[in-house]
Order: sequence, then structure tokens, then C-alpha cells
Amino acid sequence: MSFSAMMLLVVTTILANNVVLSQFLGICSFLGVSQKTETASGMGGALTFVLTLASFVCGVLYHLVLVPFHLEYLRTIVFIMIVAALVQFVEMFLKKYMRSLYEALGIYLPLITTNCAVLGVALLNVQKDYDIIVGTIYGLATAIGYWVAIVIMAYLREKMADNDIPRPFQGFPIVMVTAALMSIAFFGFAGIK
Amino acid sequence: MTEILFAAIMIGSVGLFVGVFLGFASKVFAVKVNQQEKDIREILPGANCGACGYSGCDALAAALVRGEAPANACVVGQEAVANQIKWIIGGKSERVVRNVAFVRCSGDCNHTFDRYDYTGPKTCAALALVPQGGPKSCSYGCIGCGDCIRMCEYGAITIERGVAVVDEEKCLDCRKCINTCPKGIIVEVPYFRAAHIGCMNPLKGRPVTENCKIGCISCGKCARDCPAGAIDNSGGFPVIDYEKCIDCGRCKDNCPRHCIV
Repeated sequence: MSFSAMMLLVVTTILANNVVLSQFLGICSFLGVSQKTETASGMGGALTFVLTLASFVCGVLYHLVLVPFHLEYLRTIVFIMIVAALVQFVEMFLKKYMRSLYEALGIYLPLITTNCAVLGVALLNVQKDYDIIVGTIYGLATAIGYWVAIVIMAYLREKMADNDIPRPFQGFPIVMVTAALMSIAFFGFAGIK
Repeated sequence: MTEILFAAIMIGSVGLFVGVFLGFASKVFAVKVNQQEKDIREILPGANCGACGYSGCDALAAALVRGEAPANACVVGQEAVANQIKWIIGGKSERVVRNVAFVRCSGDCNHTFDRYDYTGPKTCAALALVPQGGPKSCSYGCIGCGDCIRMCEYGAITIERGVAVVDEEKCLDCRKCINTCPKGIIVEVPYFRAAHIGCMNPLKGRPVTENCKIGCISCGKCARDCPAGAIDNSGGFPVIDYEKCIDCGRCKDNCPRHCIV
């Protein structure tokens, strides 16, 4: 894949094919930890680490082990194991070095294991026939897209906290409306594909 | 056959690799946890329900060790857990008292009447806004539409003849009903005590008797009779100080209005 094609892939993955707002993967933590910008950014960072590493390790395992042994059908279970192990690793790391972020993320940190964005990207890499390097870059770009989306969302929610929201919309409903409007806005990027 | 063997070896070796990797990582990134905190975490139910006000059992355990939370902070664990925790953190805890919610209204449909027919939404929040606080003759009493029942996660509240009643055995003192009741007549009382004042009507004499056959007229007999001096009648209706109450039940037996239950 040429350099320009790679750049195009990165840009479209971040904006036009944004993992949350266009592909609707990883919604749980997107809505769950977007109350504060710092926490949201921490979640984005944790997910970026897990997703990039997961797509790399899964790519290596798939291309160097599963394909030569004709065990492609085992990819889902192997990928889940890899993702779970990486999440455990991130959890230990954060618990030791970034205690406040660990507590702020709470239950959503172990839930990265079941974040469909992570497993989704690993499986999409196989489906789209990306090799190890392109797959890793695709994973990184997806994670950056998630990061961008969740930070914008957290910023909007912080702004909204002071606004006079009609009573029936207070709390979760207004968050859903905001997410929908963001999604529509991101569809505007579809033209650059 | 070889295919199955291959698959098993494959998954097994990935699992082994992952396990060894995580084992080493947990040694490298080990965090020292206070032994007390560990012990308390073992005792706590581990449901991470958040009813204590902390983000989970781990957070509560940490708060208990720091002395920020009382030993009975765990709502679900009740006395059994509280006593064990008290044992670990020693003298830092308060006296463990199990509290339950109690509806301070005895005016059921045998004792009160409806002033008018109401055909609006059947929720307490709506009824509290209509003239005279709902059709019930006593505007201080329980409306009986069950907003508290809908809040209760433990099924501890029932409506009996138009008045909400809390089952002391099922109540876990989460205080949701107390915060929901628009009349503010649900209060926290200690579990299994002899007497609770079952009325919150602050009026005296006739305005009470006209509207409710059982309402408290603030005569003050209970306060005068109490051998322990635990009842205070200066605020419009009697209030029992459960620290002083000796559970003799005299107020209950002698109340001319039978509103002490």
C-alpha cells in the first residue's frame, strides 16, 4: 500500500468512518465515561493503547500462526484472549502509576475487554485482508477516531451541565440527542472518501 | 483428529503464553494494599451496588480504613457485616444501629374520607400538587398512590387500605422512599422498637378529629406519661428520642387516639 493510500485510510478512518459515530462500535464506554474531559481523554488513551497493540498482536498471530496451520476459524476466540490479556495489563499499569485515572474509569476499564470496537477492528482487519502493518495503522486510526469522538462528547456534556435543559430531556436523553447530532455532523465528512 | 489436536494445542499455548505474561506483569506492577483493606474487602458482599455512596466495595473498603465511613455503611451487608468490620477497624466505628423506613401515617381509609373525586394521574407527586394536597381529608397524611413502592428495589413497601406500610424485615434503609415521598412523612427509625408515632399532623384538637379518626391531636399525654422522658411534644406532634426510649410501650397503650404503633 502506497504512502498516500495509507494517509487516506487514516484520515477516512478517523473522520468519515469514525468508529463510534459512523460504525456505531464501542458506544457503551462512549456514553459511560464522557462526563468529564480528563476522564474521557484517559479512556481514549487506554483504548488507543489496547486497540493498537491488540490489532498488532492479533495480526501477527493470525498471519504467522493461524493461517499456516489452517486454523482461521479459531480467530474469534484467540482474539478475545489477546484483548482480555491486554486489558488486564493496562489495568495493572494504571493501578500502579495513574491511580486517580484508574478510579475514575471504574468499571469501564475492564469493560474495554468487551468493547466491540477492539474485537471489531481485529476482525475487520481479517475481513478486509489488511496485512500486519496496515492493520496496526488501521487500529491506531480507529482508536484516534474514538478518542476524538469521546473528547468532543465530554466537552459538550460539560458545557451542557450549566444549561437549562427541559425536565424530560435531563440526564441521559439529552446525551442521546447530542450523540445523534454529532453522528449527523460526522456524516458530513463522507464526501472526502 | 489432528485438526482438533492442533486447535487444542494452539488455544492452549496462547492461553499459557498470556497467563505467564500476566503473571510476570502482576509481579512487576504489584500495588501494596493495606492488609486491613484486604480483609474488609473479603467481608463486604462484593455486589458493587453503590448503595453506600462509594463507587464500589473496593472504594468503601478504602474509606472504612481511612475512617471516613461508619462501620454500618454497607447497606446490603447489614449487622452481620457491620459487626465483622467493626472487629477489624476497632474503635473507629460508630455504634451499629440498623435503621428502617417508617411511614408516619395511620390514617387509612377506615379513618379518613375523600373530600372529592380525583381523576388525574395516579402518582403521589401529581396529587401533592392538587388543591388541599389530594382528595384525602387529611392533607398531611399518606396519599397512597405508591410512588415509594415504585422506588423500592427490595419490595418492602405495600399499600394497606390506602396507606403505605414498610415491612421492617425487607427494608434495607436505602432511603429512596424517604427522598421520594412528596409529603415527607417517611422517616428513618431504628429496627424492631416498641413504639413509633404514626402521625405527622401538626394541628391540634378539632381540625384533626374532623378529618381523621386516628390522627394525633398533640394532647401530650405520651410525653407526660413516658417514664424515660424520651418523647418531645413541643414541635406540634410527638417525636421519640430512641436513644432514651426503653421500649416499655406505655405511650402506645395509653394513647387516646391510638396513633402510636
